[in-house]
Amino acid sequence: MIQTLGDFIELDTCDVQDSKDFLTINFSATSVPLQQRWRNNGLSADFLAGYLCTFFPGEDDETHNRRVVIKDGVNFVANELLENAMKFNYPPAKCSVHLYMGLKQDKVLLYVTNCIDPTVVAAWQHELKRVLTEDTHALFLEQLIKNEQEDNSDSGLGYLSMINDWNAKLAWKFESAAEDESVQKVTVMVQLPI
Amino acid sequence: MEIIQDDYQIRFDSENNSVICSGTYRLTGDEYAAIVDILKTVADAGPDFLTINLTALKFLNSSGINILCKFIMRLRKNNVTQVRVIGNNEYAWQQKSLTNFKKLLPSLNLEFE
Repeated sequence: MIQTLGDFIELDTCDVQDSKDFLTINFSATSVPLQQRWRNNGLSADFLAGYLCTFFPGEDDETHNRRVVIKDGVNFVANELLENAMKFNYPPAKCSVHLYMGLKQDKVLLYVTNCIDPTVVAAWQHELKRVLTEDTHALFLEQLIKNEQEDNSDSGLGYLSMINDWNAKLAWKFESAAEDESVQKVTVMVQLPI
Repeated sequence: MEIIQDDYQIRFDSENNSVICSGTYRLTGDEYAAIVDILKTVADAGPDFLTINLTALKFLNSSGINILCKFIMRLRKNNVTQVRVIGNNEYAWQQKSLTNFKKLLPSLNLEFE
């Protein structure tokens, strides 16, 4: 069964494939300890952001400023998506994490797919629906207060920061893996305006 | 009080009541514990004023946003209202994300240099 939340655009549609410039990264999320993978998230995010900047050459102030904003935005979003994929990947499913980044005229598209624990899907979807329908600035404050009371190690602020600080549009697709119906896959799509 | 690692650093300069964060704050939630301890100690000491210098902070992930926002909330709780945050104009993320601090402590003075 496929379920989408938000305005999810399939990666294989003509609209997305108009992006002639794209990068994909695929890696096993379970082959090395989380701590070590965490460092790789940063390296991957730095690379994606630095690579994208080469499409915006020019040394005038306006281009330089635009490049700085694009670089920081992609770096933050890609890092958060990869951190989430590593944290919430479901090891028993033994599936890899897949990242796609495509450049369109007015936005960068990022897709990250990983497997998740099927028992947490319903609760997670409930939270995501709130992100899509409620005031995200109010949710940010609510989450901070919750974090202070519960001392959570997971901040729950990543998606909200993408939306509030970077005007990103998010959507999710939940589906069963083709090779095993009991394995749940999630793809998060981020449209980052540039 | 200070933590000096290759990738990230934090130092409390008690002479100038200044917290200086630098490097790349891209740690896991649990890895921030030592930094949080320093920030809690500073906030709970209740200084008359405080400067938070972020001019050399290159990157902050959402767990880092969480700890710095909680630090600002703790300052407010301890009536430390004269707070100056110095950011860096060259980092676009700082101009986007640091404004959240003012929502948590309206008297906070946010500057970029």
